Amino acid sequence: MSTDKHQVGDHKHHFAHHFRDAMHEFLTTKEGIWLFMVTEVMMFGGLFVGYFIMHSNYPGMFAEGASHLDWRMGAFNTIVLILSSWTMALGIHFIQTGKRNQATAALIFTIFCGIIFMCVKFFEYKAKFDHGLLPGNFFHAHEFEHANLPMYFGFYFCMTGLHGTHVLIGMGLITWVLIRHLKGEFDGEYYTPVEGVGLFWHIVDLIWIFLFPLLYLVG
Amino acid sequence: MAQNHGSHNSANGAHDKAHNSHEGGHFVVPFKTLRNVAIALLCLTVLTVGTAQLHLGWAAAPIAFLIAFIKAMLVMAYFMGLKFDSVLNRVIFATSFIFLAVFYFFSALDVFTRIKEISTL
Repeated sequence: MSTDKHQVGDHKHHFAHHFRDAMHEFLTTKEGIWLFMVTEVMMFGGLFVGYFIMHSNYPGMFAEGASHLDWRMGAFNTIVLILSSWTMALGIHFIQTGKRNQATAALIFTIFCGIIFMCVKFFEYKAKFDHGLLPGNFFHAHEFEHANLPMYFGFYFCMTGLHGTHVLIGMGLITWVLIRHLKGEFDGEYYTPVEGVGLFWHIVDLIWIFLFPLLYLVG
Repeated sequence: MAQNHGSHNSANGAHDKAHNSHEGGHFVVPFKTLRNVAIALLCLTVLTVGTAQLHLGWAAAPIAFLIAFIKAMLVMAYFMGLKFDSVLNRVIFATSFIFLAVFYFFSALDVFTRIKEISTL
C-alpha cells in the first residue's frame, strides 16, 4: 500500500482528534490564517484610507513631510524585505522537498533580513527624533513650512511603527518555527506552522510594497 | 474511490470527494518560479524608484501604485501561493480588498464632493 508510510502512528505529528485526518487539519488551519490575514488588511487599510483623506486635504503639508524621508533607506529596506519574503517561501519549499539544511539556511537568512530592516528603521527613527519630527504634541522641529506638519509624522510613525511591530513579531515567529525545524518536527507531510508564519511574513512584505511608494516616493 | 468511503452517508461522501482532490492541499511552488518572482519584484522596485526620480507630476502616484499593485499580485499569487490555493482561500482574501474598496470609495465620495474652505494649514 502506497499510503503505509504516512500512517498516523508512523508520523511525528498527530493531528487533533476533532479533525478527520492530517489534511483536514492543514486545510482548516490555513483557512484560519487567511481569515487572520483579512483582519491585517482591514487594520492597515484603515490607516491607508486615513492617509488618503488627510493627504487630499493638505497635499502641501504631506509633500513637505515626505521630503524629510530618505527614499534610499526606504528602497534599501524594500529590497531587504523582498529578499526575505523570497527566502521565507524558499524555506517552505525546502522543507516540503526534504532539503533540511537549505531550509535552515533560508529561515536564518529571513530572520537576518528582518534584523537589517529594523536596524535601518532605527536609524531612520533616530534622525526623526533628533530633528524633533514627531507626531502631534511631541513635534518640536524649528524650521518647517506647514503648521500641520505634526500630522504627517503621526501617520508616518503609526504606519511604519505598526509595520515594524509586525516585522518584530514575524522575526519571533520565524525563530519559533526554525527551532521546531531544527528539532526535526517538520517534513513534506507536516509543515503547517511554517506555512502560517510564511503567510504572515509575506503580508508584512505586501504592506511594505504599498507603504514605500506612499510615504517615500509619492508623498 | 467510492468503496473507500462506504461507511459515509452521501453528504459526507461528496465532501470527501472534494477533499480527496486536495484542492488547496500541499502544493510545492517550484524553485525556479520563486526565483523568477523574486527577480521580477527586485526589477519592479528599481523601476518604481527610477520613475519617481523623473518627477512626472500628477502621473507619479498612479504609476507608483500600479507598479505596487503588480508587485502585490506577484507576492500573493506565488509567495503566498494563492495561485495554487483553494478557491475558498482566494475568495476570503479577496473579500478584504473588496471591503477596503468600499471603505475607500465612500471616503473618496466625501473628499471629492465636499465644499472646500480655505485653510492656512
